[in-house]
Amino acid sequence: MQYVIVGNGVAAIGAIEGIRRRDRENPITVISAEPYLAYGRPLIANFLRGALSKDLLLLREESFYEKNNVKLLLGRKAVRLDEDKRELSLENGDSVPFDKLLVATGGKPFVPPIVGLGDNYHTFTTLKDARGLEEMSRTVKVALVIGGGLIGLKAAESLHDRGLRIHVVELADRILSASFDEVAGRIIYNRLNQVGIGLHLKNTVEEVISGREWIIGARLKSGEMVECQGVVVAIGVVPDLELLKDSGITCNRGVVVDDFLETNIEGVYSAGDVAETKDMLLGEKRVTPIWPNAYSQGLLAGQNMAGAQKSYEGSIAMNSIAFYGIPTISMGITNPPADGPYRIRSVVNEERSVYRKLVFQDEYLKGAVLVGKIERAGLLTGFIKKHIAVREYEDALMKDELTLTDFPKNVRQEILYSD
Amino acid sequence: MLYQPISKSYTDFRIHRDLDKCIQCKVCVRQCTYGAHVYDQSSDLVREDNTKCVGCHRCEALCPTEAITIRRSPMEFRENHLWRPWFIKNIYKQADTGGVLLTGMGNPQAYRIFWDHIVLDASQVTNPSIDPLREPMELKTYLGSLPDSVKVDTKNGKPKLTSKFTPQLEIEYPILFSAMSYGSINLNIHRGLARAATECGILYNTGEGGLHKELYPYGKNTIVQVASGRFGVHADYLNAGAAVEIKIGQGAKPGIGGHLPGEKIGPDVSATRMIPIGSDAISPAPHHDIYSIEDLRQLIYALKEATRYEKPVFVKIAAVHNSAAIASGMVRAGADVIVLDGFRGGTGAAPTMIRDNVGIPIEVALAAVDDRLRQEGIRNQASVIVAGGTRCSADVVKAVALGADACYIGSAALISVGCTMCQRCYTGRCPWGIATNDPYIAKRINPDIAAERLANLVKAWGHEIQEILGGMGLNALESLRGNREKLRGVGLNEVELNILGIKAAGA
Amino acid sequence: MKRISCKEEVCIGCHLCEIACVTEHSRSKDVVKAYKEESPRPTPRNMVEEEGALSFSVACRHCDEPSCVEACIAGAMVKDYETGVVKHQPEKCVGCWSCVMACPRGAVKIDPSKTRVIKCDLCPDREVPACVAACPNRALICEEK
Repeated sequence: MQYVIVGNGVAAIGAIEGIRRRDRENPITVISAEPYLAYGRPLIANFLRGALSKDLLLLREESFYEKNNVKLLLGRKAVRLDEDKRELSLENGDSVPFDKLLVATGGKPFVPPIVGLGDNYHTFTTLKDARGLEEMSRTVKVALVIGGGLIGLKAAESLHDRGLRIHVVELADRILSASFDEVAGRIIYNRLNQVGIGLHLKNTVEEVISGREWIIGARLKSGEMVECQGVVVAIGVVPDLELLKDSGITCNRGVVVDDFLETNIEGVYSAGDVAETKDMLLGEKRVTPIWPNAYSQGLLAGQNMAGAQKSYEGSIAMNSIAFYGIPTISMGITNPPADGPYRIRSVVNEERSVYRKLVFQDEYLKGAVLVGKIERAGLLTGFIKKHIAVREYEDALMKDELTLTDFPKNVRQEILYSD
Repeated sequence: MLYQPISKSYTDFRIHRDLDKCIQCKVCVRQCTYGAHVYDQSSDLVREDNTKCVGCHRCEALCPTEAITIRRSPMEFRENHLWRPWFIKNIYKQADTGGVLLTGMGNPQAYRIFWDHIVLDASQVTNPSIDPLREPMELKTYLGSLPDSVKVDTKNGKPKLTSKFTPQLEIEYPILFSAMSYGSINLNIHRGLARAATECGILYNTGEGGLHKELYPYGKNTIVQVASGRFGVHADYLNAGAAVEIKIGQGAKPGIGGHLPGEKIGPDVSATRMIPIGSDAISPAPHHDIYSIEDLRQLIYALKEATRYEKPVFVKIAAVHNSAAIASGMVRAGADVIVLDGFRGGTGAAPTMIRDNVGIPIEVALAAVDDRLRQEGIRNQASVIVAGGTRCSADVVKAVALGADACYIGSAALISVGCTMCQRCYTGRCPWGIATNDPYIAKRINPDIAAERLANLVKAWGHEIQEILGGMGLNALESLRGNREKLRGVGLNEVELNILGIKAAGA
Repeated sequence: MKRISCKEEVCIGCHLCEIACVTEHSRSKDVVKAYKEESPRPTPRNMVEEEGALSFSVACRHCDEPSCVEACIAGAMVKDYETGVVKHQPEKCVGCWSCVMACPRGAVKIDPSKTRVIKCDLCPDREVPACVAACPNRALICEEK
């Protein structure tokens, strides 16, 4: 039985741990396009900022692969999947046969066509990208970051901490438009401004202008000219489906999988940022590129590859990210449409940079945005995931110092002791 | 110490906090139920208010660094054997409040303790000792009325008992848990008592607060009490237990009734006692349907009818001057078991003057009652149980030798679960979680731990009694019962020796 | 696999479990020194919640499927499948608070230094966890589950 995993991110780690729970014998091969042992991708920001050394980026100890009987092919790109012959073709010509396969190729940055951009830009999704930005920061004084989402803001923060002047350009009317609402967006916007990062909302880059040798600036849609010598494209990430182009695997936005994370081809599974899985709260299938989901999908797919029949409960969006001393957490449905079935309760103190917003539907909690005070946020995750009826306890949930004493014993027992 | 009423100026106890060891953890602040430890937010320090300290030692026990010592206050009045500080402080208090002095637990005054003047025999040379580890040692005790004679027939060469017996209780040790009402103590202690009694094969007494629904399954090991307030008395209650006890009086407060303040009557106590929540539970001094010995007989038989003559009926009186005559009357009225409660008996609340000055010591009451019943030839018609200040297994052995069938333990039982005899039970704020119904404080008694400790106590005393019996060359407690020859008095005068019916040591 | 649970019916809200946790995780393991001499004073990894007569302590349950391990971006939270303990490695922690967000019991605390998290480690140097041993009313139970 040959297990093969394409990709070496957190979904792959989860898959290895999942397979090994049931099958300690049969060999696993991991094909990694990047030349590194699995590392914590979000940590590239800490690395770029200079806060973390390279060896601390590793997700597991160095002996992890050996201990788990995993053959690791580093720096090898898989370019073609033949599901009939059940083998993968690598860029260097090698073939890797498989009995069970996990496609965990993750996402790749989406780069829109921008006049004057050419190849003269950086992205920020890999360690290699971080190294590139490290180098760029040595010669560049002002950098432009296109995209005010998670990746863009982290790039901005890291480069700012390295001494660069930063401008961020964002299409929406707020930063972090996917996970934040207006209020939360405004609080962080103010903080970033305070620190000295320039933010241009409701704006895009029309043209990148270069001098003879390097970039000298960019013209925004608003007409403004921003002086800069480097550009970081951080608009978003799309599933990397390159490998499956000519195969018979059904793909939509991402790789389509069933409740067991198996594709339309028997024995071929998918997990992580590349997969299109059931969303726990909305019911429909979508790509949810969120770190904990990637791991748990990998873990589940791995177990199923080794013979289990576990059904995936569904993904849930959740992000924990702090900006210059202001922690924020968002989860679930954070921006419901005004005319929908959702009820919202919120409390804000902009001076103190504290915001708490909860989104309810009928009896249940469906989403939350917390800024400034995030203690015990996990309790909210518990209420959402375990579908606990909380209609009577909305006041209790709105407290910053959320405490289980406000709930009846049966709810408490479920939160604390059901596993 | 400025501008206090004078009764507060002279504190009984001083809290000494060793600042080198105090880690300001505030465990003492949380555990003290009287507010003697206070956390001062602004200076982040724990401070003391000695006027509130009752000397219960709860803080000392739970302090994680042994930083607290509770001492008697060193404030001393000039020596005066008549006007001891206690009397002086009591007058201050009464001048302030105009009220009756209240207290809890048993009489602490320095009256003669006869147990401490009685010594036991042991075998030497003649009538050799018995080793309880090698020979069976019988502590089993039967409680109930016995007929005047026993008829035995022989059938097929084997003896067969043909006498009819009234209901008997069989207990494994000559020890029972005394009556402590649900309301004066809380359900957690009752759970502990019920479970320990079951485990040890003895009985516990519900006291006058009725029997909580949850404890009906322990009925085989329960004595249900019918007191003057008739709290919680209904047909199911009477039939739930193994015996029924009519409480005429209590050693701690002979002649008066009981009073449980409304603050201690929550929903459970209300349901069990069958009275409204928050209303004071007052037990009148007499049973208002017992004004003569004939009335007592009527009640005894009414209870026997209600329980189909299946359960022995106990009658409990406080030990007072003419206990012997009263006991004789009770036996003739049909009581299966007489309970004598001496003046050292505990209570949840009693007026101090009555607790300290009314009633007689159980030792002499027991001796007098046992003598009188024997003289009248009716000793077999009722068992005698004594209560009131049994402190150790030696006291039990002496009581049995004086004539008791068994001993009720109350204070000893509570001490085994933490009581430090601070005598503040009537406040309802017992910090050990015993004499309180406040749900926050009552949790401090874990029924699992209580049951274990109570059972440990009874078993430990049981082992000691076996050792003492063995040392006397006896292998059954029955051989010691009323066997005053095994006792001698030390430091007692002739009159006392006569009343106790024992010889002086050396004689 | 040892797990600690708290019986709220007999928890008396004394907080001795927190003091025991601080002491066990201090350098000196002596309660007076830990509180008076060591700086920074360790934070207890458990927390007592109380309201009126209700009190109980909450700590990591070392779940079979730990959400914190799923969420950790630095590999600082790992499950040791031999002992069952979910271990937090502070030297790898970057203070991203993802585990605070993920733990459904709210058992992961933010360290007062605000640079990393802190949670129960099941007292690896002890036979019986310190909090369980310190509880005066047997409210904390450590059982094999």
